[in-house]
Amino acid sequence: MLTPIDWIIMVVYMAFVLGIGLALKRYMRTSTDFFLAGRAIPAWVCGLAFISANLGAQEVIGMAASGAKYGISTSHFYWIGAIPAMVFVGVFMMPFYYGSRARSVPEYLRLRFDEKTRAFNAISFATMTVFSSGISMYAMAKLTQTLHIFDAPFRALGLPQSWIFHAGILISALVVLAYIFLGGLSSAIYNEVVQFFLIVAGFLPLVWLGLRNVGGWSGLKMRLGAGYTHSWIGLGSAHTNRLGVEWFGLAMGLGFVLSFGYWCTDFLVVQRAMAADSMSAARRTPLIAAFPKMFFPLLVILPGLIAVALPTERVTTVAAVQSSAVAVPEGQGLIPPKINPVTGAPERDSQGNVQLDYNLAIPNMLLHYFPTGILGLGLTALLASFMSGMAGNVTAFNSVWTYDIYQSYINPKASDQHYLWMGRMATVFGIALSIGAAYMASRFDNIMDMLQLVFAFVNAPLFATFLLGMFWKRTTGHGAFSGLLAGTLTAALHHGLALPAGAAAGVKGGWLVTSPLHSYPSEMAQNFWTAIFAWTACFLITILVSLLTRPQEESKLAGLVYSLTERPRTEDLPWYQRPGILAVAALAIALLLNIIFM
Amino acid sequence: MRLDIRLPLGLLFMVFGLLLAVFGLISNKELYARSLSIDINFWWGAVMLLFGALLFVLGRRNHRRQNQTESISKAAAERE
Repeated sequence: MLTPIDWIIMVVYMAFVLGIGLALKRYMRTSTDFFLAGRAIPAWVCGLAFISANLGAQEVIGMAASGAKYGISTSHFYWIGAIPAMVFVGVFMMPFYYGSRARSVPEYLRLRFDEKTRAFNAISFATMTVFSSGISMYAMAKLTQTLHIFDAPFRALGLPQSWIFHAGILISALVVLAYIFLGGLSSAIYNEVVQFFLIVAGFLPLVWLGLRNVGGWSGLKMRLGAGYTHSWIGLGSAHTNRLGVEWFGLAMGLGFVLSFGYWCTDFLVVQRAMAADSMSAARRTPLIAAFPKMFFPLLVILPGLIAVALPTERVTTVAAVQSSAVAVPEGQGLIPPKINPVTGAPERDSQGNVQLDYNLAIPNMLLHYFPTGILGLGLTALLASFMSGMAGNVTAFNSVWTYDIYQSYINPKASDQHYLWMGRMATVFGIALSIGAAYMASRFDNIMDMLQLVFAFVNAPLFATFLLGMFWKRTTGHGAFSGLLAGTLTAALHHGLALPAGAAAGVKGGWLVTSPLHSYPSEMAQNFWTAIFAWTACFLITILVSLLTRPQEESKLAGLVYSLTERPRTEDLPWYQRPGILAVAALAIALLLNIIFM
Repeated sequence: MRLDIRLPLGLLFMVFGLLLAVFGLISNKELYARSLSIDINFWWGAVMLLFGALLFVLGRRNHRRQNQTESISKAAAERE
């Protein structure tokens, strides 16, 4: 299937990635160079890295999977989810993140509130980055195994096929380790820009060929019907659309709580803006990112729609190899049925319907349309997306570990050179821990699901804390901390009391009671409402406890709270660099896209 | 930062573009049945090559301008 030209492309890319790390090594003199790229990166580079750090393989594969499952409604994750949140963080929050000179998001919490709030955020965040990079490593290794693209070279070398999984994990981990170890955040950011362009270069011809094949957007509409190709259709009630969510849960849960929580408080993305070379560049980072971001649905969601719209192949590439003995039921389009790895039989839901393996939408599209040559480019794009997602986690982890855990609680008085060294060591053991997490994911599926659930509980209320902290000077440290705890507990409680329809009690919810108090029409609805409850609880408890505790001294809050901070001057900037103008333009185009695909 | 990312990025795209375009020209046409009979290697390779060259030229120009301003300010400092 793969020929030498594909291998040459993949190897050239790997060598290039390492070359960037080597070229940047000589600039790494202080810890600021390593963790914050010397605060010297131009805005457009930070902006592209800002999107790319979030574009892990799971995002790319997952968005196409949702596209195949839910249709164009998946674009809500972009057009009412990401874009408004990115605009908000650039216009309103960046002045405090960048202006306070905090080196990380937990450090901002320390400056604004107190030690315990920082510790809570730093520890949960550091653990989460390790596990998410482990889970994505696992997903990627699993994918290379499922696609059977490396079978031939392994056979030629006389290595057992089971080593493909190990090799997938180890090689990718070593490459990411090498370039971050050498060049720190600069290296990660520069590589993310390269990865951004590669992902576009790999997927654009795929979408073009696919659309040409199905007769363009109108052809796609004809084949799939309105439920698939109109994003706002049937959102009046949760029972009349494919997502199983009504407009309020969608706008509030996804558009407000979850998206603002991620794009405005997650250090993984905020770190990219903190590396910018000036305050105005830092504010422009998420705004510049918003423009390419809003067109990403075309690159990552459309392939999923095209994959289900194509005529069904009776025997798909994957199913044919894995279960030759079992009669394979038809999939849909290029999407094969999900195969149980133990029995080799297709999996069925409680009603006996065959489950489809939507995660294979993108890989099967690549194999379907790309001949050798450009196939190497497409696989390189997948590889690039995987590495950028992982590198984002690793750089966020080494900063939070070194500044917020090591320097704060273990060894506060060491030299800057020592912290630089510690950052490199943190890169090594962060990746070692991720590899451990990847193997844990391959052994115990449920533990990983459970951990992700716990992180979701911790993250859901976060945005309320930042919103109050930045815009209400009366918010106190005790208020913030008890609000976070209350929000996390509320999320767990809500999850334990309600259950999505058709799911068994356990990791999906309903574990607190024998019969769930409320049944949601879909898992997505349950997640959105869990977030809404958690946010509201955190918001109310933070206000209540803040009013009951002693206010913080105003002199110490200058630069950290809206009412006590000078507005950054933008009058001297040319119009195309002013955050306000960029923000309005981004929101207008996002609105237009919503109307076009309504 | 001291390194303009457009230079290495432009180079990488030129290398990939050249590889694909040349391969597209010499490869067997039967290969392109799956890509709707379009020689996608040649055409996309050509697009990548052009894009890479554009990035490279922009990066070079910026690089030269920076060097110039640096040498001018250095000369001014020496005169004083």
